Amino acid sequence: MFKLSNFSYPTQKKIIIFAFLIIPLLLLFTFAFLPVANMFWYSFTDWNGYSDKNFVGFDNYVTIFTNPEYFHVFRVSLYYFFATFIQLAIALYFATILSFEVKFKNFFKGVLFFPYLLNGVAIGFMFLFFFRGGGTLDTVLTFLGLESLITQWLGNPDVINYSLAGVSVWRYMGFNFIIFLGAISSIPGEIYEASEIDGANRWHQFRYIIFPSIRIIISLNLILAVSGALSAFEIPFIMTGGANGSSTFVIQTVNTAFKYGKIGLGSAMAVVLLFIVVIVTGIQRKFFSEDD
Amino acid sequence: MYQTKRMLGVTLKYASLLFGAFIAIIPIVAIFFASFKTGAEYTTTGPLTPPSEWTNFENYRRAFAEGNMLVGFRNTVIILIISVIGTTLIGSMVAFVLHRFKFKGSKYILGAFLLATLIPGVTTQVATFQIVHGLGLFNTIWAAVILYLGTDIIAVYIFLQFMDSISISLDESAMLDGASYFTIYRKIVLPLLKPAIVTVFIIKGVNVYNDFYTPFLYMPKTELQVISTSLFKFQGPFGAQWEVITAGVMIAIIPTLIAFIFLQKYIYNGLTNGSVK
Repeated sequence: MFKLSNFSYPTQKKIIIFAFLIIPLLLLFTFAFLPVANMFWYSFTDWNGYSDKNFVGFDNYVTIFTNPEYFHVFRVSLYYFFATFIQLAIALYFATILSFEVKFKNFFKGVLFFPYLLNGVAIGFMFLFFFRGGGTLDTVLTFLGLESLITQWLGNPDVINYSLAGVSVWRYMGFNFIIFLGAISSIPGEIYEASEIDGANRWHQFRYIIFPSIRIIISLNLILAVSGALSAFEIPFIMTGGANGSSTFVIQTVNTAFKYGKIGLGSAMAVVLLFIVVIVTGIQRKFFSEDD
Repeated sequence: MYQTKRMLGVTLKYASLLFGAFIAIIPIVAIFFASFKTGAEYTTTGPLTPPSEWTNFENYRRAFAEGNMLVGFRNTVIILIISVIGTTLIGSMVAFVLHRFKFKGSKYILGAFLLATLIPGVTTQVATFQIVHGLGLFNTIWAAVILYLGTDIIAVYIFLQFMDSISISLDESAMLDGASYFTIYRKIVLPLLKPAIVTVFIIKGVNVYNDFYTPFLYMPKTELQVISTSLFKFQGPFGAQWEVITAGVMIAIIPTLIAFIFLQKYIYNGLTNGSVK
């Protein structure tokens, strides 16, 4: 019978390295790297999934950056991008006040965080219900005497991206909040006590103790959120399917490739997005190496 | 003066907390109410009016039966179990080898795993689809399982980080007793990785349960629907029947709520540990 312990340790080492890495590496190359390589190759062709792959040079890339239909979607990313800042500010605010003495702390912590755990499709329907005419939002506004603000939240092309970006803030804020809360809790309590003796108020404590200590975590979250904003997909896809000018870059990519069968063009769009995300992440890594 | 300022501060603090909690809860409360209403009641009452009867489970029954949600749950659970166990095994094996042995190329292998996390999954689906299709996995649950195992490598990091805290002297003393490397992995390292395994279970569990685009793209067959995709199909047949749709939404949310209530502490820790790369 095969028994590993019959072999010498150097031989065992070789066997175990091979046995433990072969499957993970096969999976990694087949499903993480091969798609990227193929995507680059498809992006220079006019392939539609069935035809021969004809090399078309940079045609697909030219289409993306010159055809307004494709270029427009970059603008939609900006809504999510700016929403990201609001999301982080809210998360930071709640994380800070919940780091100090608060009644029902666990309740507030749980409630603010819970949306992050929810299923994306469930959130999509929940907010379709929330935004529909006479729905939850309209009812709340009416109750507050703010009927004049009511509009077609998902029908009005001027408003729709705000509504959807708002859903995204609702969904993801809790994640940043928990991360910030964890980071703040690792600041030793004596520092606050010492600062209070020196007459520091809460704002001073935030400005001069909390903020500098968790600056790295904040910038990490910012960059994560930025690449998240660029790849916004689920919420708008589930709620509107990209209608009324709410199509994001990823929706456009998925539709181009799978709905219209333009795999070459879709691949080129994916390559562009991949480049942007890699650049953003590169900036993040640079931040880190400077701070360490 | 100082007193009033302090009072004002405290009031603002609680007001903002209550406001935040209100915004977080109100969309959920509204669908919770609607899920108990009858069709007629739904059309005549506002979304924030509680249902007249709290025991009207008709909408839930319809969502379950007509909305195929039982199949959704079954598939989700199967995929969840295989993926979570598979990820734990793959992640811990890779971390064990890369952490304990230095060999030619080990740096590059680590680099390859690092690099893969930079690739946002949703961007490469165009090309991944062709590979999955080519392997004959399209419209099988293995499409989802294998993508969850192969592309989401966060577990490798979590385990690698945690391996630092498992002393090599444990391995060495086991080797004096003649234990094989596999025995060391199986009997020493794996049990000590338990806290990290909890983290991986939670992060992976949340991701798999909530994932939409993988099953949507790769498993469109009705028998292969998961929770996300079976719920997504509600918009067609139930069109304007919001009382049934909201019941479906509640059915998808309830397992999350239960898990959250019981595993709160682990979920918070898991996310905090998992995010610091």
